[in-house]
Amino acid sequence: MKKRYLLTALLGLSLLSLFIGVKNVTPWDLIHLNETQGHILLISRIPRLMSILISGISISICGLIMQQISQNKFVSPTTAGTMDSARLGILISMLLFPAASSLTKIGIAFLFALAGTFLFMKILDQIQLKDAIFVPLVGLMFGNIISSIATFFAYKHDLIQNISSWLQGDFSMIMEGRYELLYISIPLMFFAYLYAERFTIAGMGEDFAKNLGLNYKQVVNMGLVIIALVTASVVLTVGVIPFLGLIIPNIVSIYHGDQLKKNLPFTALLGAIFILFCDIIGRIIIYPYEIPISLTVGIIGSFIFVSLLLRSRKYES
Amino acid sequence: MIEVRNVSKAYGQKPVLENISVQIPKRKITSLIGPNGAGKSTLLSIMSRLISQDQGTIHIDGQEISQAKNEELAKKISILKQENRTNLRLTIKELVSFGRFPYSQNRLTQEDQQLVDQAIDYMNLTSIQHQYLDQLSGGQKQRAFIAMIIAQDTDYILLDEPLNNLDMKHSVQIMKILQRLVVELGKTICIVIHDINFASCYSDYMIALKDGKVIHEGTTEQIMDSSILRDIYDMDIHIQHIQNHKICVYFS
Amino acid sequence: MSHKVKLTTLGILAAVLILTYLWINIGSNWSYILPRRGMKILAILLTGSAIALSTIIFQTITLNRILTPSVLGLDTLYLFIQTIVIYLFGSATLTMMNSYTHFLISVGFMILFATLLYKIFFGHEGQNIYFLLLIGLVFGILFNSLSSFMQVLIDPNEFQILQDRMFASFNNINTDLVWISTVCLLLIFVYFLRFYKFLDVLSLGKHPAINLGVRYNFVVKRLLIIVAILISIATALVGPITFLGLLVVNIAYEAFPTYQHRYLIPASILISFIALVGGQLIVERIFTFETTLSVIINFVGGIYFIYLLLKERQA
Repeated sequence: MKKRYLLTALLGLSLLSLFIGVKNVTPWDLIHLNETQGHILLISRIPRLMSILISGISISICGLIMQQISQNKFVSPTTAGTMDSARLGILISMLLFPAASSLTKIGIAFLFALAGTFLFMKILDQIQLKDAIFVPLVGLMFGNIISSIATFFAYKHDLIQNISSWLQGDFSMIMEGRYELLYISIPLMFFAYLYAERFTIAGMGEDFAKNLGLNYKQVVNMGLVIIALVTASVVLTVGVIPFLGLIIPNIVSIYHGDQLKKNLPFTALLGAIFILFCDIIGRIIIYPYEIPISLTVGIIGSFIFVSLLLRSRKYES
Repeated sequence: MIEVRNVSKAYGQKPVLENISVQIPKRKITSLIGPNGAGKSTLLSIMSRLISQDQGTIHIDGQEISQAKNEELAKKISILKQENRTNLRLTIKELVSFGRFPYSQNRLTQEDQQLVDQAIDYMNLTSIQHQYLDQLSGGQKQRAFIAMIIAQDTDYILLDEPLNNLDMKHSVQIMKILQRLVVELGKTICIVIHDINFASCYSDYMIALKDGKVIHEGTTEQIMDSSILRDIYDMDIHIQHIQNHKICVYFS
Repeated sequence: MSHKVKLTTLGILAAVLILTYLWINIGSNWSYILPRRGMKILAILLTGSAIALSTIIFQTITLNRILTPSVLGLDTLYLFIQTIVIYLFGSATLTMMNSYTHFLISVGFMILFATLLYKIFFGHEGQNIYFLLLIGLVFGILFNSLSSFMQVLIDPNEFQILQDRMFASFNNINTDLVWISTVCLLLIFVYFLRFYKFLDVLSLGKHPAINLGVRYNFVVKRLLIIVAILISIATALVGPITFLGLLVVNIAYEAFPTYQHRYLIPASILISFIALVGGQLIVERIFTFETTLSVIINFVGGIYFIYLLLKERQA
């Protein structure tokens, strides 16, 4: 996997993404854009591309950080209850403050995501069996529970269909003015890059980190805050995207090992490429309608995940 | 007699055992020795049908074990692996009672009860028989599991590293018990063991594995020889005679 | 208190609750009300015992007290089937469809899926059972993405009908289904009795069980199929009720600190009767049908599960 090829692929797919849609805009039009075409690009196509890139990159990197901290290849925002917690937070904010600004909503979602992930990390401390497969199993069950609590409230207020449409990962509703929250992730990603080595060390365990003079708690908490913020902003603007944080870092680690700092750029690139690719497929397969990203990623992602699992078992024995 | 004929086993691409043929002599303690990763535990697990081999057969008293009924085998051969980390809260007595499962399933007869009590007594656990396993020390726990094997009353007993995590006193205690089982009850015992001096002092027969092959086998007297041991462990080992035992000194 | 005394107490409590449920505020119209309530009780007893039994078996096989058979992905498959039917054919078909056909289709697909899953799993020797479960869960997520995709497109009125099926409910029980489920469950229970004696030994773990003469793969495969059938029937009868098993079985473990299934199985079944009948009383008398029992049970069960995870060091 060479960075050069990945960059080329990303560039190609990005251009492709800009010119797919019901309203025809071709690359040739760029030279003499008429007013509607310019509008479409500015209001819909470019925001969509940006949101795809940002969420793809940031969720993949979050997965990578989580895997480093927990030292488990199969932990990610999907398998640790982070996504579900953020969802619960959004639901609660919808119920309690229906008129709140999206900044308030993201604040509440962030708090829930943080609390949920933190709780999961606590549970991880408690269980003795740190089997590579058992941990995500517990995490997924934990996520189910969080979402059953969300269901409890949604059912009472007749919001079930609402939240499932609301929180289904979908880029088709992205427009100028509705996605800018995602930009929160960009500084966070730089931060993650600066902290990369510390995450790796923290992942070796508390004692190991202490031995190297690292404030373990602080580093782990920092990681969790980054993860929770990113997840909350993505879930709020785009919706739930399953598996992304799980499979991308695993694929990168197959090719490049586990050095976090080295892996970060690859993970970011591959995450963006993968989700762009899924989005484009979702857009053309039943053109002029769209399949939401959560479904395309759900299908492609679950197959990749299962094959990763099979692969890891081969290594073990 | 347990007879291993041409057994091979591979995990994925990696061969662990290659064409092994050995015989475990009756009414003796046989030690499987060899460096880490030689395939000792795998061989033990195959002999006791815990895992299946890719090729070859295992015969116990002339019968091939894949042909035998599981319930019948459980009355003939028993195995104790190291990973006895059962999470169940069991008392010693409850654990030992499981040893009678092959005979009476869950309904223990009067006779079963007696045999259970005898096994507990044999291992000197009577006074603590109602304590839970998680309250016991390592040595007591190991004795409790051996008591279960005794209650199972099989001719053949296989033990995977029975001295793991035990101190010297308890290790000696366990090995003496195994000797008594052979002498008093006529059992045939086969153990995987790392401490060569324990093997030397307490076993009658030795089988040395290396890289998935049997490279030496013979009586303890024969195997405990500097050149053979060098062959097995790739290091110089001096043998001292102390009180009729051959003791290896391998600290350089 | 000895285990027997505790069991008797639970039995009496369950019986009292059942009788209360049957006779409370019955009024003069009892010849109409009583059979209807009787049906509900029967459905509750069937579901309760099927879920409790399957969870106990499942936890014994997996040597783990925090897993539920729902990780096999059967609940999500059930929802997926319901969603597809409504999405493709509309709710009219679902309501019109012969209840037997519908029941058999749902049960059939769930069992088929479980069998396929086991086939993949038992194809390789020496697999870690958690691996099977994780794959089940992944399929669960997949079914979920597919269902929520369709759910968004469904007309809100139709969705209302789907939503009724998303949560287990004892309020509108189909009488025919109760009888067919009773027969199926009795048959499967008789089949289960052949394997009952292995449960205690299986709880020691795989290798000790083989050592004691259990044909491990043979027995476990059959027990897992029994689990799948029990769950499928209970789900098709009343709807998915994910955390009930986790809740009642763990209460049973706390009340009966033993490994012996002859106490654990009846205890957890009785506890599930108490939880369900008591819960249904609360739903009907206190919430006056504002919420469904399964939503409450999933809520309570879920919180109890987190408590369990945080409380004791699980292995």
